[in-house]
Amino acid sequence: MIYLLCMILFCIGLYCIIIKRNLIKIIIGMSIIDYSLFLFLVLIGYRMEGRAPIYSQTQQVKNLVDPIPQALVLTAIVIGLAVLALMISIAIRLYEKYGTFDINEIRKLRG
Amino acid sequence: MVFMLLAAIVAVEIKDMLSSVIAVGTVGMGLSVTFLMLKAPDLAITQLVVEILCLILLIRATIKKEIIFPKKHVDYLRLFTALLFILVFLIFSYQAFKGLPPFGNPFMNVAGKYLSNGVKQTGATNIVAAVLLDYRAYDTLIEASVLFTAVMGVTVVLRLVGRIKNEES
Amino acid sequence: MTLIVKEITRLTVGLIFLFGVYIMLHGHITPGGGFTGGVIIALSFIHLVLAYGGEYSNNKMNRAIASPLESFGALLFILLALMGLGYGGVFFLNFISKGTPFTLPSAGIIPLCNIAICLKVGTGLFLIFILLTMFSPGRNK
Repeated sequence: MIYLLCMILFCIGLYCIIIKRNLIKIIIGMSIIDYSLFLFLVLIGYRMEGRAPIYSQTQQVKNLVDPIPQALVLTAIVIGLAVLALMISIAIRLYEKYGTFDINEIRKLRG
Repeated sequence: MVFMLLAAIVAVEIKDMLSSVIAVGTVGMGLSVTFLMLKAPDLAITQLVVEILCLILLIRATIKKEIIFPKKHVDYLRLFTALLFILVFLIFSYQAFKGLPPFGNPFMNVAGKYLSNGVKQTGATNIVAAVLLDYRAYDTLIEASVLFTAVMGVTVVLRLVGRIKNEES
Repeated sequence: MTLIVKEITRLTVGLIFLFGVYIMLHGHITPGGGFTGGVIIALSFIHLVLAYGGEYSNNKMNRAIASPLESFGALLFILLALMGLGYGGVFFLNFISKGTPFTLPSAGIIPLCNIAICLKVGTGLFLIFILLTMFSPGRNK
C-alpha cells in the first residue's frame, strides 16, 4: 500500500512532462520522477524495527536495515544532479537562440 | 509522504516560476526527512545538500527570463491520452506489487553475507561505505566518469569562442 | 550583496569547508563518505562566489585551478585501483592492512578512495556552477 503512494508521485511527474508546455516545468517534472524512484528503492530494503546499517561500539549487532539499496541510491542522487545540470544548460542555450521557453514555438521555428 | 504529494502537486500546477522552484525544494526536503525516518543517514545528508545545489541551478535558469504565453488553449487529445497511459500504468504496477515481499521483511540473501562478514573483510564499520567502495567499486568508478562527462558536456554546450567569431563575421 | 551577508559569509565559509573535510575523512566510521564531503566543499566555494561576486573570488578559486584538480582526482582513483591489480591478481584489491576498527587509519584502501572521490565530485560541481553563471554572452571572459 505504501508503494502505491510512491507510484502516485511518479504519475504526477509523468503528467507534468506530458502536458505542460513550459520547458522549466518539464525539467521540474523529471526531478519529481527522480525523487519518487529514490523513495521506492529505499522502501524496498526497509526492515521493520531495524537500525541504520552502521556498527557502533555500544549497541548489539542484530536487526540491521538492508544496505545495498542505500548504496545504489547514493550514486543515483549525484547522477541525477549531473543530468539536471546538463538539461539546464541546454535550456539556457535554447532560450538564447529562440527567445522563448515554449516548446510549441520551438518546434515550429526549426532554426 | 502525503506532505510530499501535496508539494509536488503545487509545484506542477502553479504558474509563477519562482514559486514552482521553491515547491520542488520543499519536495526534496520532505524526501530527506523521509530518508531519516527510514533509517538511512547517509542518504539524508546527501539528499539535503544536493537539493540545495539543485535549487541554485534552477533559480539561475529562471531568474531573469520573462515568459510570455499568448494563447492558452487546452489540447484535449493530449490530455486524454496522458490520463489513459497513467491509468494503465497504475493498474499494472498494482498487479506487479503483489509479487514483492511484504513491506518490512526483505529477502536479504546477499546483504546478509555483506552484513555479517563486512567488518572482518574490509575493516570498515560503515557498511554502506564499505559496499560502495569495496564490494561494488566499479559502480563508483563509472559514476565518477559520468560526472566528468557532464562537466565536459556543459563546457561544450555553453562555449563562447566560436560564437563570438560567428557574430563578428 | 548587502553587508550582513558579506560579514556572515566571511565568518562561516571556513567552517563549512572544515565540516566537509571532516565528513569526508571519517567516511568509514560515521555516515557520509566521499560524495557528501565533495558536495559540501563545492557548496562552500559557491557560497563565496554568491556573496562576494565573481570578480573578487576569482583569485581564490577559478577555472584554471579547479580543472586540473578534477583530472587529478580521477587519475588518483584509477591509480589506486591499478595498484590493487599490481599487488594481488584482481582489480580494486584491498591491499593495505586493515587496522583495528573504529579508529581513523583502518579499513585499507577506503579512506584514500574517499579523498579521490571528494576531489573529483567537489571540483566538478564547482566547475559546472562557474560555467553556468559567469560565462554568458554579452560578457567578455
